[in-house]
Amino acid sequence: MEASATTADRLSRGNGLALTQGRGVLPTWTPYAVLLGVAALVAALLGVTGSFGIVLLVAISLVVSAVVLYAMSRTVEGSRRATDRLVTLGITAAFFLAVAPLISVLFQVIKRGAARFDADFFTESARGVIGAGGGASHAIVGTLVITGCATLISVPIGVMAAIYLTEYGKGRLRRAITFFVDVMTGIPSIVAGLFAYALFELFLGPGIRLGIIGAVALSVLMIPIVIRASEEVLKIVPNHLREASYALGTPKWRTITKVVLPTALAGLVTAVMIAVARIIGETAPLLVTTGVIDSVNSNPFDGRMQNLAVYAFGEYRNPGVMRDAAFDRAWAAALTLIVIVMILFLVARLVYRRFGTEIR
Amino acid sequence: MPSVDAPSSTPLAERTDGEPREAFTGLPSRIPTGKTGDRIFAQSATLAGVLILITLAGVAIFLLGEAMPAITAGTDELPDGKSLIDYVAPLAFGTVLAATIAVIIAVPVAIAVALFISHIAPRRLSLTLSYIVDLLAAIPSIIYGLWGIFVLGPAAVSVMEWLEDKAGFIPLFKGPASTTGRTMLVAGVVLAVMITPIISAVAREIFSQTPRRLQEGALALGATRWEMIRMTVLPFGKSAIISGSMLGLGRALGETMAVTIILSASGIVSFNLISQSNPTPIAANIALNFPESSGLEVNTLIASGLVLFLITLVVNMAARAIISKQAAA
Repeated sequence: MEASATTADRLSRGNGLALTQGRGVLPTWTPYAVLLGVAALVAALLGVTGSFGIVLLVAISLVVSAVVLYAMSRTVEGSRRATDRLVTLGITAAFFLAVAPLISVLFQVIKRGAARFDADFFTESARGVIGAGGGASHAIVGTLVITGCATLISVPIGVMAAIYLTEYGKGRLRRAITFFVDVMTGIPSIVAGLFAYALFELFLGPGIRLGIIGAVALSVLMIPIVIRASEEVLKIVPNHLREASYALGTPKWRTITKVVLPTALAGLVTAVMIAVARIIGETAPLLVTTGVIDSVNSNPFDGRMQNLAVYAFGEYRNPGVMRDAAFDRAWAAALTLIVIVMILFLVARLVYRRFGTEIR
Repeated sequence: MPSVDAPSSTPLAERTDGEPREAFTGLPSRIPTGKTGDRIFAQSATLAGVLILITLAGVAIFLLGEAMPAITAGTDELPDGKSLIDYVAPLAFGTVLAATIAVIIAVPVAIAVALFISHIAPRRLSLTLSYIVDLLAAIPSIIYGLWGIFVLGPAAVSVMEWLEDKAGFIPLFKGPASTTGRTMLVAGVVLAVMITPIISAVAREIFSQTPRRLQEGALALGATRWEMIRMTVLPFGKSAIISGSMLGLGRALGETMAVTIILSASGIVSFNLISQSNPTPIAANIALNFPESSGLEVNTLIASGLVLFLITLVVNMAARAIISKQAAA
């Protein structure tokens, strides 16, 4: 794969030009020089007119650069190369346009969340808090308990289903399960919440709100993610390991539990962490299943339970008498969530790098 | 056997059943064939797989069961005194409108992102870049909602005023432009940000599988990189673009928190994207009203959830069918 990739790569990635057409060629650095020059010029002009803004600067610079670059390339290199340069610039700009929200979101969450990202936020609950102050310890406990329960439900089912798909499954059942696992990844999260509510309402009566219902709702979302990711990992366990084990007379299930799973362990841990990161910030399914409460409750089988995402939503939606204090708490909860998600993603990658080498 | 030293002097080979061999050799008395274990293990694995099908069927059945009272109830018993269809139709309109805006914005950007990673950025950066794009999909939707209402919305006000001023003759931008940024357009843009990574992941996967011989052939014939992409990569990835867009559509249809926070819901039917009264998507309506609902209101909301489930199910199944067809080819 790598070896065969090089020719086309060298041809296409270098400066975006394939073979010379017998005309002049602009130096490789031309696009960068044009962009920088135009940006400097536009910045100066905007500064003079007093309407400087980063979005405006980028937008105008891009359009002007595109025109300049196209004109230059067209006169020197011909219209086909000029089009190529224009498209390359457009695609590159679109990429950065797509990534810009990520940077903005991270920046804003850190900036606005820092105000209340203090010790009180992690040690106090919202019990009896009317204006400023208070914390989200009850929501953090709830998030950990609910996510923990969801993980306990999802991991055994998800990994076993992945084992079925890679080791046992064949024929129509396998195809049906593969297909519907994919379909299941697209279930709207709020529908998962309604399902869990409907399931428990049948046994426990209307208006029921429990932490465990939220965990079941999250499991519906988490199981397909665990299956997909574990299946990928189990697939790359080399077949000769299985064959060596069979050759020693080991039964299939011992081969799976003693050879396949340990080999894939790092990948499975990664898979689970990524699945947890995906669901830990879910709001909608918990909004309809776990209810809202101001004090700490760590028992998922008894009473309402708060969690970080619903807490952030509540602080935004019902800010009470001191709006800004509530908004600050909402952003601090958002920051906590982002930190958790980022740590999970980072550690997942590190685990895979550190221990996953043998199966690559 | 009266002999005192019999147990230790009897050669191992002569020992028959009845005495545990492992005491002497460490071998189990009966070498297991593993058949029982195999059967149990295989059955539980199969059960876990089948559980997926059961869950999916369960979702449909339980939602239908809970929606039944609302479906059978008389018009005057339902909230607002509207029939169920009159109640759900404007919500379904809001859902489809928001998702459509998101897809229209996201698809071109996502294709560009996929092409940038697979064909334009230096190869050693590809992995890092795709990791960064995946992070976009990892941010919880509640945070996108807060970002949309506090950051993007206010920033978009002047843009929407400009749109009203310059493009007001188009019904979409008729205005009057919202002064808070809580509009369908902002919600659509936020949804677009959320679904771009999904679409580009599917597209990127297939783009990078475009046969080398086609790409090199095009380049060898003197095509520029863009001509090569247009002639080989895009035709090859066409079905991936379609299926990826449909997956993105499915996600946008069901996305709840971002639209719940951003839109000032009023349940109207309007194509006006920049006005401050917006259609309400199904998911947002449920999130807003479910916590305080009781009795038949709950059943009505669940009925609307069933409609949402069926819409996304159809979209997702179609997308997955296209993908598996492509994978088989």
